[in-house]
Amino acid sequence: MHARFALLSGLLVLAACRQSDRSQTTDAHAEGSSGGAILSAPQQGDYSTSAFHIGEGQRLYAWMNCAGCHGPHGGGGMGPSFMDGQWRYGSSMAEIVRTIDGGRPNGMPSFHNRLTGQQMWQLAAYVRSLSGLAPNDVVPSRAEDVSTKAPMTQRAPDKPAKPGEAY
Amino acid sequence: MRRALGLPPLMLLSGCSGVQAMSEGAGFGSHQFNQLMLLFLVVTGLSFLLVLAFLALAVAGRRNEAGEPRLRIWLIGWTGFILIGLLILTIASFISDRRESRQGAEQTPLKVTVSANQWWWDVTYQNDDPTRIMHTANELHLPAGQPVQIKLGSGDVIHSLWVPALAGKQDLIPGRENDIRIVPTRIGHYRGQCAEFCGLQHAHMAFDVTVESPQAFAAWYQAQLNPAREPTDPGVKAGHDWFMSHACSNCHAIQGTPANGHTGPDLTHVASRATIAAGTLPMSRGNLMGWIANPQGVKPGAHMPAVGMSPDELHAVASYLETLR
Amino acid sequence: MTASDHSEDEPRDGPELDGDELDLVLSQTWGDKPGLWGWLCTVDHKKVGKRYIVTAMIFMALGGVLALMMRLQLARPDSGLISADRYNQIFTMHGTTMMFLFAVPVMEAFGVYLVPLMVGTRAISFPRLNAFSYWLYLAGGVMLWIAFVRDVGPDIGWFAYTPLSGPAYSPGKRADFWAQMITFTEVAALAVAVELVATILKQRAPGMRLDRIPLFVWSMLVTAFMVIFSMPAVTLASSFLLSDRLVGTQFYNGTEGGSALLWQHLFWFFGHPEVYIIFLPGLGFVSAITETFCKRPIFAYPVMVAALVTTGLLAFGLWVHHMFATGLPRLGYAFFTAASMSIAVPSGVQIFCWIATIWDSRPRLEIPMWWVIGFIITFVIGGLTGVMVASVPLDLELHDTYFVVAHFHYTLIGGAVFPLLGAITYWFPKITGRMMGRPLGIAAFVLVFFGFHLTFMTMHFTGLMGMPRRVYTYPAGLGWDALNMTSTIGAFILASGVLVFVVNIIWSLRRGVPAGDNPWGAASLEWATTSPPRPYNFAHIPAVTSHTPLWEETLPVFSGLRVKERELVLTTVVDAVPDLRDPSPRPSIWPLLSALATTGMFIWSIFSPWALVWGAIPIAIAMTLWFWPKEPPEPEKEPVIE
Repeated sequence: MHARFALLSGLLVLAACRQSDRSQTTDAHAEGSSGGAILSAPQQGDYSTSAFHIGEGQRLYAWMNCAGCHGPHGGGGMGPSFMDGQWRYGSSMAEIVRTIDGGRPNGMPSFHNRLTGQQMWQLAAYVRSLSGLAPNDVVPSRAEDVSTKAPMTQRAPDKPAKPGEAY
Repeated sequence: MRRALGLPPLMLLSGCSGVQAMSEGAGFGSHQFNQLMLLFLVVTGLSFLLVLAFLALAVAGRRNEAGEPRLRIWLIGWTGFILIGLLILTIASFISDRRESRQGAEQTPLKVTVSANQWWWDVTYQNDDPTRIMHTANELHLPAGQPVQIKLGSGDVIHSLWVPALAGKQDLIPGRENDIRIVPTRIGHYRGQCAEFCGLQHAHMAFDVTVESPQAFAAWYQAQLNPAREPTDPGVKAGHDWFMSHACSNCHAIQGTPANGHTGPDLTHVASRATIAAGTLPMSRGNLMGWIANPQGVKPGAHMPAVGMSPDELHAVASYLETLR
Repeated sequence: MTASDHSEDEPRDGPELDGDELDLVLSQTWGDKPGLWGWLCTVDHKKVGKRYIVTAMIFMALGGVLALMMRLQLARPDSGLISADRYNQIFTMHGTTMMFLFAVPVMEAFGVYLVPLMVGTRAISFPRLNAFSYWLYLAGGVMLWIAFVRDVGPDIGWFAYTPLSGPAYSPGKRADFWAQMITFTEVAALAVAVELVATILKQRAPGMRLDRIPLFVWSMLVTAFMVIFSMPAVTLASSFLLSDRLVGTQFYNGTEGGSALLWQHLFWFFGHPEVYIIFLPGLGFVSAITETFCKRPIFAYPVMVAALVTTGLLAFGLWVHHMFATGLPRLGYAFFTAASMSIAVPSGVQIFCWIATIWDSRPRLEIPMWWVIGFIITFVIGGLTGVMVASVPLDLELHDTYFVVAHFHYTLIGGAVFPLLGAITYWFPKITGRMMGRPLGIAAFVLVFFGFHLTFMTMHFTGLMGMPRRVYTYPAGLGWDALNMTSTIGAFILASGVLVFVVNIIWSLRRGVPAGDNPWGAASLEWATTSPPRPYNFAHIPAVTSHTPLWEETLPVFSGLRVKERELVLTTVVDAVPDLRDPSPRPSIWPLLSALATTGMFIWSIFSPWALVWGAIPIAIAMTLWFWPKEPPEPEKEPVIE
């Protein structure tokens, strides 16, 4: 009996320090009239290791038709692959958000004003996870559609293409 | 006559009617439901009273000297009563089901496709003439007396389309095409709601159903086919321009404008709807502004992001949306 | 009776060794070491059964608190008391806790405690497996609740439909904790089911033919078979879900050849028998209590047994009635409607037989009988609304509304919890040696009964007014406001009744009137021994000549079993003719260690598939040491047992 009471009170103590697996998206980033993204978000860690935000990023990847250039599940196509561990501009969250926000030469459009800051951070978190950069327990194994690659929970970065090799 | 007999006890039992109450009987399906329910109530009620009476007498201490043989006979009788009762109910149920599936079978149905998403309803009125195919969201207008055949699909998880006042429900399952036929019979405004748990905002996934005369329906349909009006007033135009150059047009479509997103509800005639955010808030300028400024406050977890806007921008966009009648 | 002993000085129970001397020796043989070590190593079915009961009742209390939180949120429209995410976790945990962590385990717990006593044997079959199953159940429940407390609790509903519970729409590990809890509790339930079947079929007292088994034992036998056939379906379903989520298999992905509906079929193939698994032991309680307080055997015993078996069989043919809205072929629906209606027949027949038993006797209205009467009134209502939702046209309106919530609470609380509370009151003297207090017992019954009906009768109307299930809030003006407030008030009354019941238990443990062996004057074998029973259950194995052994003139006993070794009598399946003597295992730490190893593997496998490989090694080691062969008993000539 006593052991059980101890266990229960221990549980209540744990309740005080719970980590949230899913944060409510109530923070409306004050973007101002220019609609610029928050590039220096202090919650960067929260996004890149949050299952909820990576899941939202997966949804946005489909909704914004990123697959059109980057391939379904980031295999590459007109645009670079997200799965090969190669990052032209660095793999940090801030750099990826900068890419989405401002666009890049050779075809990456700017989504400035087209996506909110939070959405960009969510996409960045997802895109990083395609390259195996997110911990395994926050990554969705697959989407509910056609699968073309190994499950994301089993993914290590693909071998990078050698110079001159086509995708 | 049967209807007159049927409704009052049910109304009594259900307290009162409501836009989302089954007792409304405003469609053939829900009408059948009320009648069948009455039969079930009578048969099951009788069984319950018999059990109660037997129990009361037993507990009160009735002892029977020649107990066992009489009880054995009663057991056989009771088993027979249960079997016959269940048989009656099963057959009645079967007949009711057949009747409903046959109702309006000879008429040409109105064809609608509904695709459910977390947490809104994508509605398309089909037509053989492609120029008369019409998109709307989170609402259904139906002509009274004409059956509507609704094709049901889902863009993500399992939902369920249900307008209790009109008919029973049917699930929308990704990867399957279900359909449901509703025969609305009484003019009025009703409310439907998703009836299969579908995630965070399942509670706020409702839709408005208006059953109206065929003429009123035709007028509504014609108005819906028109693209959005071009704004003339400068304040409204500011809102229009803001809408087109920011995140809104990524997800929403407004016919006749560059906005052509399909991941959110079609807004071409949003101001003509009774509610917004899938039945969550009544349509009004204030509610529109509140919803756009802070979707997560109204419907936490909804996929509509909070797009940062200044108060002037918010007013302009709201003014523009108000013109989309 | 004499025992002729041809071996060397192997002491056996009988005229030479009886009374206090026999008790001393048997207690040493069958007892546990004192202190924590003994507590951890015990394989005594009574101790393990008590643990199961206490743990299950704690989970019931936790699930009840969740229900009160739900009712507080729903008392008013558009309430902001509990957020959507938190509410979704709460209602999922409420259903999951009640169904998997309370209802099935508590029924199995009573089976584990009572069945060996009722069939007149010294131990349950496979006692170490019994201990192992408890630790596994505890681990699964604790894991799930820790996850919930840390905001990683499941939020997908207790039946977790795909694709909502799949990898794309349930990010993180929430659904995985839920699915793995199923594995824990399912293994535990299967273990107990197997033990019950073996005990009931092979360890009955000599003379206890199949037509002399108490009806409670029959209900546990049918329940155990239902567990064995239905639990694998849900483990399969949850394992497929874990696999989809962990390693990207496509079982529930329609675009790759799987099917979202596959989950529903697998789950409900288990889910429907599950509710009968919960319900049938309740029927057994009712039979036991009614028989005692009417001082006569239940009317039409063969009919009652046939009804139990029929219910158990039919329960497997109903599952699609949970899927009437999914668009399956109509002809199939007609079959399931007919089957769902027909299961009302055996239940209806049983209701008649109990009332007939009361009719043909002078019932003593002690507290357990009040619960039986409450059961009859409540369960019949639930069964009748069940007949309503068995009809497809009615179900298409009523499915997933508060009408269904009302229906299943009427059948589960009326059909299982009321008998359970009566059973606790009835067997409390046997388990603890004290009677439960009467005034508190009356108060608890009144509060629970009226609170229950106020809460759930109202919900029928709430459903008819169109309120769907699983909504964290609702708008004002739909006519649901007063109905919800009424249900909330009723829920608190119901909860206060449960609280009074618990207070009664705690009070009675210390201050209850001491009970003798058979305070109610009952007929079945568990009342033939002390209250609480000694570790060895019976000083001498009883022999049985009728269905109501303690109401006969005498209770003959067997003698001749060894007293320095743990030994049981095995009898034949149908006629209970003594057949073999069988050793029973001594206390062991290996069940606990194996359960710890298994727990480690199960939890690790939520995070990595390699757990199945590496985690199997500690399990293999622990189980090898568990099953390490013991020395065979010394060869000796067979004694004669008369």
